Amino acid sequence: MQMTAEEKDTNRVATESNATREIFLPPERERVKDGGTPHVSAKNFSVFYGNFEAVKKVNADILSRYVTAIIGPSGCGKSTFLRAINRMNDLIPSCYTSGSLLFDGEDIYGRYTDEVQLRKKIGMVFQKPNPFPKSIFDNIAYGPRLHGVKDKKALEEIVEKSLQKAALWDEVKDRLDRNALGLSGGQQQRLCVARTLAVEPEILLLDEPTSALDPKATAKIEDLIEELRGSYTILIVTHNMQQASRVSDYTMFYYEGDLVEYAPTKQLFTNPRDQVTEDYITGRFS
Amino acid sequence: MNLGTRKILDRSFTAVGITSILLMAAALLVVVVPIFSGGIGAIFFKGTIEHRKIQYNEFEKGSRKVIDRQIAEVTPYRQEVYRILDAFEADMETMEPAEKRDYLSKYKKVRDIVAHLLGPIPGDPEPILLRYQYGTTRWEKAEESLHDLMFVTKWDYSNPEEMAKQYFVPRADEFAGTALAALFPYMEKNLDKMLLPEQTFYWGFLTERSLDAHIFGGIWAEIQGTFFLAVGAMLFAFPLGVIAAIYFTEYARENFFTSVLRSANSTLAGVPSIVFGLFGLAFFINTIKVSDSKSVLAGSLTLAIMILPTIIRAAEEAILSVPRAYKEASMGLGSTKWRTILTVILPAALPGIITGGIISLGRAAGETAPIIFTAAVSVGATIGVADVFTQPTPALSWNIYNLASEHEAANEIRHVQYGMVLSLISIVLLLNLSAILLRAHVSKKLKG
Repeated sequence: MQMTAEEKDTNRVATESNATREIFLPPERERVKDGGTPHVSAKNFSVFYGNFEAVKKVNADILSRYVTAIIGPSGCGKSTFLRAINRMNDLIPSCYTSGSLLFDGEDIYGRYTDEVQLRKKIGMVFQKPNPFPKSIFDNIAYGPRLHGVKDKKALEEIVEKSLQKAALWDEVKDRLDRNALGLSGGQQQRLCVARTLAVEPEILLLDEPTSALDPKATAKIEDLIEELRGSYTILIVTHNMQQASRVSDYTMFYYEGDLVEYAPTKQLFTNPRDQVTEDYITGRFS
Repeated sequence: MNLGTRKILDRSFTAVGITSILLMAAALLVVVVPIFSGGIGAIFFKGTIEHRKIQYNEFEKGSRKVIDRQIAEVTPYRQEVYRILDAFEADMETMEPAEKRDYLSKYKKVRDIVAHLLGPIPGDPEPILLRYQYGTTRWEKAEESLHDLMFVTKWDYSNPEEMAKQYFVPRADEFAGTALAALFPYMEKNLDKMLLPEQTFYWGFLTERSLDAHIFGGIWAEIQGTFFLAVGAMLFAFPLGVIAAIYFTEYARENFFTSVLRSANSTLAGVPSIVFGLFGLAFFINTIKVSDSKSVLAGSLTLAIMILPTIIRAAEEAILSVPRAYKEASMGLGSTKWRTILTVILPAALPGIITGGIISLGRAAGETAPIIFTAAVSVGATIGVADVFTQPTPALSWNIYNLASEHEAANEIRHVQYGMVLSLISIVLLLNLSAILLRAHVSKKLKG
């Protein structure tokens, strides 16, 4: 599909220098320390499922230590883009990519990239809470064990630290040996966040992390994202536009595989450049 | 369709469903009840003093003192029988040759039955076969023999339109007026005093070797052989099957080659078991010569090939039923594919894999055809674990068939056949039960 002049224009916004972008940060959100450099950069990046182009020639920089939300109607390619970042799409046999997607300047889809090391640095939390049918402790320790931590003391430390970061420690510290499937949905999702944090990633990909949760649990996850902002680069796919505006610094709007608009969240929601974006955020379609 | 009709149809379908289930249950009962009662009879029966003698002489069970006392108890009654026989034999010496010849064949029959009941008659040469060295061990068999002794079986051929009818004539009539005539009422009256039937719980039926081709003794060799064959088959088929299932579900790409493999696997599951038996003989024994002749190893390999498709299918289904989310979570944490399979997918699929495995184990234990040509012998010694590579073994499934159809005294050892059937069914049921329990246990552990 050919890109219109307008779309090219909006895509160019995304690749502008960081200095210009920072100006648009809403005043109520602080600038983070040591952040704002391009952490993941897409250049003409496309993802195909067989012959179907699910993500079309995206150009964008994801800025480090900020929260970037990805919104758009169902099937617009937002999840596909997110999963492309840590190569989860590799699990789908017919999926391939073109263009380049860089992580810290290195091509994620490069021939010599070790996707196992990559996924260690780019952690992911999924739509449905998916703890392993193991104890809470083993769930958190799973990643560190994979990467060679064997010492019991060290593992215990990692588990405690990760659970504390995920704001779950106080709720589960007395029952670390219990099966994780016994936790509530919200707790399970925070456990999944803790499990991802335990391998000390640089980027956190959240794929609609609250869509299976009730409002109370959702609020907790959002608080958690706020907490983690500034320490991790966070990308969150969400269907909920209020959520995007609440938790994110930047927002990407995808429509039918195109990155239609990528701008500071406040600007995108108050003053969208593109008509489609405006139609979407005002609820003309969803 | 109007509501009334629909309700009636619904109800009638329920009725038909319940009826068919009840019919099935009834048919099952018809089969299971005789198996159960007959099989119990192999272990729990009225044993005679002959049974206790065998137990003491061959297996060193029971006490010498008790047996000596009982022998002393029965001896006077038996002496009387032997005295009558001797008296008649002496009488025969004085008869006319024609009369003597006439009595001789009839008398031989009587003498055989007495020997069968009480053991070899004093003064006869010691028989070679064990079955002739002892009398009847089971009281109900003794009663049958007594009936044989008391009556001559005759057939009524008078009406050529119908099948001949069986009828009985008292044997005493044949010997009326001779010294032997006294034998018949005496035997009928005193048989229990000569054999001393006692309610016996013969646990050894399951744990002792058979004596003289199952005429006496137990079925341990068969139970052990079945165990070796089934476990051996499992040792080969289970790892192979699980590995194949992992390949099919996690590694195989959808192409012509894998679809051929898949359909080959399904076809293999439908091949008649006798074909596997012939294959085992042709391939394992004749071509690659895992052993010179029949052996447990060859039988196990053949059974393994037979149950492999089932195990692959069960493991495949179990692996596919593991939520994709587990795999994604593990991969997302930077785990390799192999590590994910080992630490996440297989543990979660374990209940299904184990169930498939144990049900296949049950099937391997029960199959007859694959082992006929590769492992089973009808009469054989108990083998040790070290012999499995070279020696054939008796096995329950094959011996049930063999004892019922080809044994020279098949009619004499019905209780052994029933006992074997019951043992085999119990083994398979126990295996299936343990599969259910294990599955419940593992699932519970997984769910917390």
